[in-house]
Amino acid sequence: MAVVIGFIPDEYGEAALAYGLGEAQRRHTGVVIVNSTKGDALVDRRYLGEDDKVTLEEQLAASGVEHELRQTTGKDIADEILAVAKEVIADVIVIGIRHRTPVGKVIMGSVAQRVIIDATCPVIAVKPG
Amino acid sequence: MDTLTLLLDGFASALTPQNLAFCAVGVLLGTFVGVLPGIGPAMAVALLLPLTFGLEPTQSFILFAGIYYGGMYGGSTTSILLNTPGESASVMTAIEGNKMAKKGRAAQALATAAIGSFIAGTIGTLLVAFFTPGLARVAVNIGAPSFFAIMLFSLVLVTAVLGSSKLRGFIGLAIGLTIGLVGLDLSTGQARLTGGVLQLADGIDIVVVAVGIFAIGEAMWIAAHLRRAPLDVIPVGRPFMSREDWSRSWRPWLRGTALGFPFGALPAGGAETPTFMSYVLERKLSRRSDEFGHGAIEGVAGPEAANNASAAGMFVPLLALGLPVTATAAVLLAAMRTYGIVPGPTLMADQPDLVWTLLASLLIGNTLLLAINLPLAPLWAKLLRIPRPQLYAGILFFASLGAYAVNQSAFDVALLLVFGAVGFAVRRFGIPLLPLILGVIIGPLMETKMREALDLSNGAISGLFNEPLAIFVYLLILLALVVPTVLSRVRGPVPHPVSNESEVS
Repeated sequence: MAVVIGFIPDEYGEAALAYGLGEAQRRHTGVVIVNSTKGDALVDRRYLGEDDKVTLEEQLAASGVEHELRQTTGKDIADEILAVAKEVIADVIVIGIRHRTPVGKVIMGSVAQRVIIDATCPVIAVKPG
Repeated sequence: MDTLTLLLDGFASALTPQNLAFCAVGVLLGTFVGVLPGIGPAMAVALLLPLTFGLEPTQSFILFAGIYYGGMYGGSTTSILLNTPGESASVMTAIEGNKMAKKGRAAQALATAAIGSFIAGTIGTLLVAFFTPGLARVAVNIGAPSFFAIMLFSLVLVTAVLGSSKLRGFIGLAIGLTIGLVGLDLSTGQARLTGGVLQLADGIDIVVVAVGIFAIGEAMWIAAHLRRAPLDVIPVGRPFMSREDWSRSWRPWLRGTALGFPFGALPAGGAETPTFMSYVLERKLSRRSDEFGHGAIEGVAGPEAANNASAAGMFVPLLALGLPVTATAAVLLAAMRTYGIVPGPTLMADQPDLVWTLLASLLIGNTLLLAINLPLAPLWAKLLRIPRPQLYAGILFFASLGAYAVNQSAFDVALLLVFGAVGFAVRRFGIPLLPLILGVIIGPLMETKMREALDLSNGAISGLFNEPLAIFVYLLILLALVVPTVLSRVRGPVPHPVSNESEVS
């Protein structure tokens, strides 16, 4: 039982992380941070590097919540988040969402949308700011 | 002084706005393919070759030369920022360069690599301009038996001396020579290895082979290993160097150039040996040898200069003898033949405009590389974020288009897929690409010379040995085969730089 947070190192990920940590404290449970990459480029700045991991670890330690970081590679980020959620029997999934125009959604797709539709537990969608 | 006048004439024709534009496009494209590991100048030139048929030969060679130098240059960026050498010659740069970058000195590492490349490339190109005419004059008098021996020498060196496995090298060479045999026999008109297929009677177009092996083979290889954990990229600002960096760099630059050029100019090919030697030399000479292994600037400056000097040296055998020693040179030679230019000792006399404009544009391209790329380093690093599916979809598109454009025949596209499969197989089994592609190119040339020599001697095998130069070269071949084996027996295994990339320049 845990709060699963989809995390990428930007404002959307930070928003999800902050809300997810609060949610975990409220539910008296731990968090599982999922950071995934498609692994199809040499460099993916959404995938945590060594320095990013240190920063994240400090943030998590400061919150005092029990935590775990999962870094996975797969062709669909939504599937990666859902797979972890299923494995740890998540109470709730927290994700950051961004504004996308309809055209942008057709081209880029939406990880958030697929997580919301396919999840078997409640999903909290957070906006930054 | 003659050379100088000719070179200045070359500058005059290279400095037209149109040619300058081709040069700029070439260096940008070259840096692009150099930065991305797995895609090298050889692939880029092979892909562009069919698309440049509409251009003047001079203009396409300016473009190709820019790609070649740009590729050398781009490779160092990837080595330093990612510790992933874009091509085998950048392996040594990666060792110290990446350590420097991790210590927050990425900008200085990039700067010393860039300026070192510029200096080595400029000196190297000037040496090419001054040496090649003389060598070509001598080479015109070389007889067929000696020419055959020299070609054999270069194949043996590339196959047996470079690379980690002799057996794999010779397998690659055998595949290449076999591909080169397909078609009608030159003197009897007999069909060889065509399997009764009429379209094969003219031989296999080298463009189709090169594009298949380099582009399709690489694309399939990438598709088979699509998802890999992304690497940590080191952020970089504008490259600059402090006074101390300058004073520690200039000697390695010059020593690297001196080591690299002869290796490139010998028909041995490969920048691995001089870069390795330069690294070892700098470590010995440095007053701060303890810094080596932890990011010593000399360890970037020396090998990077050696790399570019040997890249320039490659033009000596290519222009004076018509003998390619690197994969890119092989594709350039194929390009010459598609334009109806006869490569060989007579090239300097037949096509002086082409040669001197090419050399002048190499010098211009080198300067452009420094001027354009030094400030753009952070931008080039962004290229590494391109997802592989999109990138290789583009490459496959150009590859198919190019293969079809050569003769406007669908048969060539089918052949392209066959060579793509061969390209995938040789990568899978770790067979080096350089002996293979050189076999395809040099094989038929060697056959011509051998037939010439044997015709003169009425088929007697002694016709291959009746020149002192030929015998001398055969002795060198023997030495090249025997000495390394004996040395490794006596001294025990020598540590050798290993590259995990299948890319060749």
